Amino acid sequence: MADIRNNFLGIRSPNPFWLASAPPTDKEYNVVRAFKAGWGGVVWKTLGEAGPPIVNVNGPRYGAIWGADRRLLGLNNIELITDRPLEVNLREMKQVKRDWPDRALIASIMVPCEEAAWKAILPLVEETGADGIELNFGCPHGMSERGMGSAVGQVPEYIEMVARWCKQNTRMPVIVKLTPNITDIRYPARAAKKGGADAVSLINTISSITSVDLDDFSPEPSIDGKGSHGGYCGPAVKPIALNMVAEIARDPETRGLPISGIGGVTNWRDAAEFMALGAGNVQVCTAAMTYGFKIVQEMIEGLKNWMDEKGHATLDDIIGRATPNVTDWQYLNLNYVAKAHIDQEACIKCGRCYIACEDTSHQAITSMVDGVRHFEVMEDECVGCNLCVNVCPVESCITLVPLAAGTMDERTKKKVSPTYANWTTHPNNPMAKARVAELAE
Amino acid sequence: MAEGLLKEGIVAGRLPPEAYAENFGDLHPPLDHHEALVESDRCYFCYDAPCMQACPTTIDIPMFIRQIGNGNPLGAAKTIFDQNILGGMCARVCPTETLCEEACVREAAEGKPVQIGRLQRYATDTAMARNRQFYERPAPTGRKIAVVGAGPAGLACAHRLAMHGHDVVVFEVREKSGGLNEYGIAAYKTVDGFAQAEVDYVTAIGGIRIENGKALGRDFSLADLTAEYDAVFLGAGLGGVNALRAEGEDADGVANAVDFIETLRQADDLAALPVGRRVVVIGGGMTAIDAAVQSKLLGAEEVTICYRRGQEHMNASDYEQDLAAANGVAIRHWLQPKKVIAEGGRVAAIELEYTALRDGRLAGTGEMLRIEADQVFKAIGQSFDAAPLNGSGNSIAMENGKIRVDAEGRTSLAKVWAGGDCVADGREDLTVSAVAAGRDAAESIHRALSA
Repeated sequence: MADIRNNFLGIRSPNPFWLASAPPTDKEYNVVRAFKAGWGGVVWKTLGEAGPPIVNVNGPRYGAIWGADRRLLGLNNIELITDRPLEVNLREMKQVKRDWPDRALIASIMVPCEEAAWKAILPLVEETGADGIELNFGCPHGMSERGMGSAVGQVPEYIEMVARWCKQNTRMPVIVKLTPNITDIRYPARAAKKGGADAVSLINTISSITSVDLDDFSPEPSIDGKGSHGGYCGPAVKPIALNMVAEIARDPETRGLPISGIGGVTNWRDAAEFMALGAGNVQVCTAAMTYGFKIVQEMIEGLKNWMDEKGHATLDDIIGRATPNVTDWQYLNLNYVAKAHIDQEACIKCGRCYIACEDTSHQAITSMVDGVRHFEVMEDECVGCNLCVNVCPVESCITLVPLAAGTMDERTKKKVSPTYANWTTHPNNPMAKARVAELAE
Repeated sequence: MAEGLLKEGIVAGRLPPEAYAENFGDLHPPLDHHEALVESDRCYFCYDAPCMQACPTTIDIPMFIRQIGNGNPLGAAKTIFDQNILGGMCARVCPTETLCEEACVREAAEGKPVQIGRLQRYATDTAMARNRQFYERPAPTGRKIAVVGAGPAGLACAHRLAMHGHDVVVFEVREKSGGLNEYGIAAYKTVDGFAQAEVDYVTAIGGIRIENGKALGRDFSLADLTAEYDAVFLGAGLGGVNALRAEGEDADGVANAVDFIETLRQADDLAALPVGRRVVVIGGGMTAIDAAVQSKLLGAEEVTICYRRGQEHMNASDYEQDLAAANGVAIRHWLQPKKVIAEGGRVAAIELEYTALRDGRLAGTGEMLRIEADQVFKAIGQSFDAAPLNGSGNSIAMENGKIRVDAEGRTSLAKVWAGGDCVADGREDLTVSAVAAGRDAAESIHRALSA
């Protein structure tokens, strides 16, 4: 049986599934329920500085988009950091850590961008016995207007500065939580590393408006007819998060920096994908908020089952395994040729492949053959784009089949080359010509 | 058990009073808003959709379903009505399992087609509940067209003619309009007076006058119509009922299934409607099923359908057969009626002969079966009664006992079109086919008048 115990920055947990800093981790009651359900760790909902408690709106805090049968695909929130007194949170954290010593307990923190504020709170957190801290430089709503959250995360210099303050003022491991609301995720990650952070976690939520009420023209979620952008999360953001994790994992400047993967993790498969791209563990929020804490049991068993089937003994056998396969477009093998193939036995004749190809792509699929409704790929037109595969409602009905080296590509009338060749040396690439000339000199 | 169940003979009130409303309630309750959204999401929006090709009126089904899914049921209704102004009734009575839903690719994929009929009802009900009319009658053209029969074919024809600005007078022999929708379909398929509501909805476009109680051959002749009107559309349906050709079929207690269904549909109080304790229905089509199931729902103890060929030959769809079976109706095959056995002038039993196919021809085997019965319904098909036409001084070409028409619905007579069950046009005898025929004939008439 696969061993899925997790060691992240020396913080041990029975599995790699942590609950992200969010409403599910706002108080002892919820966290204890989560631990009873089997979660490996929690990042406690973000603590602010001592003083008058945070004020939240009294109307809707969440907006959403749905797929079929109201399956929740994306969730957006305008809730602020914890609105409970600091001392209450600290007391409960201490109690929980004492009662559940085998689980990870991380404190998320967001205080003003002044060293004194961080110096003041760090010892209080340390005193709870928390395993580490996560600096919330991510929340894009509300607190950012007060110079915190993503307002810090969008300025690499601030990230580096605050990370350094924290490292200088606590023995606890420091995780910097990154905002995706930037143009290139590598810059804030590099800054965190430069500031001495032990790890980064990402992604925090994405600035978003989920919808507009077309009766009163108010953005959703609507507070008395007005809306403010919220932070978007859930299954819809996973591809964005996966890419950002991979970018940091393969960046020479941050390679090896531990990553806690966040963003739409809903099942074991999502978690395995994040870890394969370089995340040391994952954090989950929306899936728990949609289905409750019990989902972790499916995640644990699913991950173990997959690892057993594939012969992976520990998490170290899967973490980062996909990272080397993420590359730049210019290095993709242009001699790799694949053609779509439609399994006629599986085809239900909906014609979506045909109309997608005919209207929007390469006119490479038939709709009628000898007067009969029949969908078949014309290999002399097919560029192997995969659109038909993606729009087909039947799993595995259409597949992309690579052409073996030496076979004829009917579209180009050229034999498939057995050798790897990419854009950097392609004759149509002006830069390649320059390089060839350079080499000739 | 209600004591009425075991009473011999044809009697009323077999069931407790409250049972009738439940038994004759909506067969398929309407989809609610969420159900409609979930179901619409199952549609793949196929290219050149097979469902659309299978629909006799060629409704753009993927489009109307997409409109429902995107919160536009009124737009969906218009998409339906553009092709089929009786889309509301068709949503209720179409044998969708042999039309659109049989062709649905999800039927091929998983044996569970998108519920197109129920989605169509969701859209059309929404429009009708809001009394939303989609078509405005243009300035009158001054042309007048007579339509004979206010059934599905006649109504569809009249509406399409009105859409082109023509004046239409519909002559309907019965008191109410709607044809078989009003008189000939099982009550649980069209509850709450829907047929009349639909007639009102269709005629609300204006330019259509219905004259009820006017019979061709009695109150006017075809020659009168061709003289007075610019065009005539015959949508008279089938007036005759085929005979059993069994000895003693004039005994009391032997009736036409269509008459029984009509009486039931027009009854104010179903508890007052008599039905036998043991009912035998002869036939294998939708009418046989409708009569048998409704007999059962009225409280008949034993109801048996006897059909002279095999299950695979029945005109009733598999769905209808299952419905009958689920209601406790026994369906027996390879039996043909030979003799109605009467006691004191009243039917007491029916004697049937087993049949078999010999060299492709149906023949009696000589073996007999006797089924006790106090009521026998004949449902072995209807025929076109040409007498009112023939007596009108015109001679219209016939084909297999029905009016001959070309692809546009033109008869052999100038200015006369026909459609629906009364014609031989190769279409199935379905409401939806009649609608298509009426609509297409109207277009043909319009083209002729505009030429």
